[in-house]
Amino acid sequence: MLVLILRRLAYAAPIALGVSLVCFSLVYLAPGDPLQAVMPADVTPDMVEMIRHEYGFDKPIPVQYALWLWRAVQGDFGLSIGSRRPVIVDVLGSLQNTLLLTSFAVPIAFVIGYTLGAIAGCFPGRWLDRTVTGFAVMGVSVPNYWLGIVMVIAFAVELSWLPATGMGPRGSDAFSIFSLGDLRYLVMPVFTLSMVPVGIIARSTRAAVAEIRGQDFVITLRAKGLSETAVIRHVLKNALPQVLAVMGLQFGYLMGGSILIETVFTWPGSGFLLAKAIINRDIPVLQGAILLLSLVFVATNLVVDLLQSAIDPRIRRA
Amino acid sequence: MDGSIMPTRMLLDIEDLTVRFVTREATVHAVNGVNLQVQAGEVLCILGESGSGKSVTLRALMRLLPAGRTRIEGRITLDGQDVLSLDRKRLQAMRGGLVSMIFQEPMTALDPVYTVGAQIIETVRQHRGGSQRDARARALELFELVKIPSPERRLDAYPHELSGGLRQRAMIAMALSCAPKLLLADEPTTALDATVQIQVLILLRRLQREMGMGTIFVTHDLGVASEIADRIAVMYAGRIVEEGPVADILNNPKHPYTQGLMASTVHAQDRQADIAAIPGSPPDLRRLPAGCSFRPRCAAALAACRERVPTPVFPAANHMARCFRVAAEMGEGA
Ligand SMILES: Nc1ncnc2c1ncn2[C@@H]1O[C@H](COP(=O)(O)OP(=O)(O)O)[C@@H](O)[C@H]1O
Ligand SMILES: [Mg+2]
Repeated sequence: MLVLILRRLAYAAPIALGVSLVCFSLVYLAPGDPLQAVMPADVTPDMVEMIRHEYGFDKPIPVQYALWLWRAVQGDFGLSIGSRRPVIVDVLGSLQNTLLLTSFAVPIAFVIGYTLGAIAGCFPGRWLDRTVTGFAVMGVSVPNYWLGIVMVIAFAVELSWLPATGMGPRGSDAFSIFSLGDLRYLVMPVFTLSMVPVGIIARSTRAAVAEIRGQDFVITLRAKGLSETAVIRHVLKNALPQVLAVMGLQFGYLMGGSILIETVFTWPGSGFLLAKAIINRDIPVLQGAILLLSLVFVATNLVVDLLQSAIDPRIRRA
Repeated sequence: MDGSIMPTRMLLDIEDLTVRFVTREATVHAVNGVNLQVQAGEVLCILGESGSGKSVTLRALMRLLPAGRTRIEGRITLDGQDVLSLDRKRLQAMRGGLVSMIFQEPMTALDPVYTVGAQIIETVRQHRGGSQRDARARALELFELVKIPSPERRLDAYPHELSGGLRQRAMIAMALSCAPKLLLADEPTTALDATVQIQVLILLRRLQREMGMGTIFVTHDLGVASEIADRIAVMYAGRIVEEGPVADILNNPKHPYTQGLMASTVHAQDRQADIAAIPGSPPDLRRLPAGCSFRPRCAAALAACRERVPTPVFPAANHMARCFRVAAEMGEGA
């Protein structure tokens, strides 16, 4: 297992490096002079030279990249142009807020989606399957910001059961998942956010279960006298690796944040941060956020990989 | 077999079994009135080309065919129980307990994400209850019985970690785990290498004798059938066209189809050289011809073959053939 982890890490390293290269090149890929944002309007040519030197823009590009990467590895992405705080602080803060939503939304989506998909896959073509599939399509296609607004109107405005927006009276820094009061703020954004993953996971589970139920070994299971429940347990375990892969993708996708949902619920997550950085042309924040998000993605894949090979040992050899 | 009818009660009695698969597009007449008996401890080989309904027959008698589109008629009596009317509980107790099945492809027939040991333990506990530890001890015993080397270690192997031969041995161990009275083996050696094939065949024969199981052994290989069978039933287009003691069938085949099968397998120098493999191909099971299904390929067909399905005739004791030509020859002889 340890060997496997090391090998997968070795695969992940070049990917991470590639992403870092892309992040670094953002400075040059983005239109306009990267220094324009930090320079005063009445700058003299001498001063431009000085600032260039200060920021290291006069060095050869590979050297610049090495320096940038060296600092990035230490968590130093410079200062945010927007907030004037260290980029790493802003990025980690909003990633943490998004992680809060995601780490509730994805497991919930998994449990619901897997259950629904399993039920549908066991009765392909029957009314139960049609109902579940219809529900899944709805989950994927109903705009979730609209759903969010409807929920706010229903449960916050009309019924006053749940707080409408934000992360609670103590703010995002003091939010605690051990406080019931704070948890109430999670309910609606988590529910809204999990709709799409529920649909996607239900559909892929249904497909996997229906396919696996047709495989030869299922006949063997019945032939040895197992009950239908036990047979389904086998089928579900066989379907799990495929579904985990889908779940991993959804997790990574949600970690990027949803600007629409975060706006509806005033949730200061990574969607918010990214949108703000793009509008402000805040290149350091974009670099830091994209690099960290990519690392989250890579780490998620790694975890999914390990889970998959723990379940299905055939994957270990690939 | 000495040719006399034994007074023992039949372990398995299949009467007039018909299996059709009904879909919107077509109806597949896979099995068309099969009668078979197996006594305790006896090995019956079902011999026939692929597509002749051998697997469907076996699956029907364990009720493993897809419920929705399968129409089964006839009567199957196994150890005194009416299989087709068993409720779910009894059916589960029957499967793997009273009768078990070995499949052709041990790679796809075992669950890839459980160790072979776990799959045997599960079977044992399903039928006999007991602790995990006891079931594992039983599994180990079975692995030793089927001669799997380093059995303790192999119990914890996943199917893909075993060779084809070992996988099939594990499959056999699983099938025998609850000492069934009837073993169904559906081409258990077809997917294996020639040398492994023989080892597995010898193993099966030995275990069958030791445990005294009635066995139906399906194959399309005459050589395999002659190794293991007490009796042979030749199947064509969902019907048993000839049946009898192994020596009778091999030395004195009566049905033109059986004769053709022999000719296409047996070495030319042993037989008349001019008998060629059977020309033509098996009929479309969606549109069976009226009369004898083999008639379109038969060199010896008579006028009657076109009109009616031949009724069984007995050219020798316990030797049945469904053929008008055989009936006619018997008439001449008498
Ligand atoms: N589940 C099924 N649905 C429809 N047709 C089937 C099904 N299973 C088998 N058949 C058809 O029944 C016929 C007999 O198949 P089978 O018993 O598997 O032949 P074999 O003698 O090679 O074992 C074949 O034509 C096959 O296509
Ligand atoms: Mg077959």
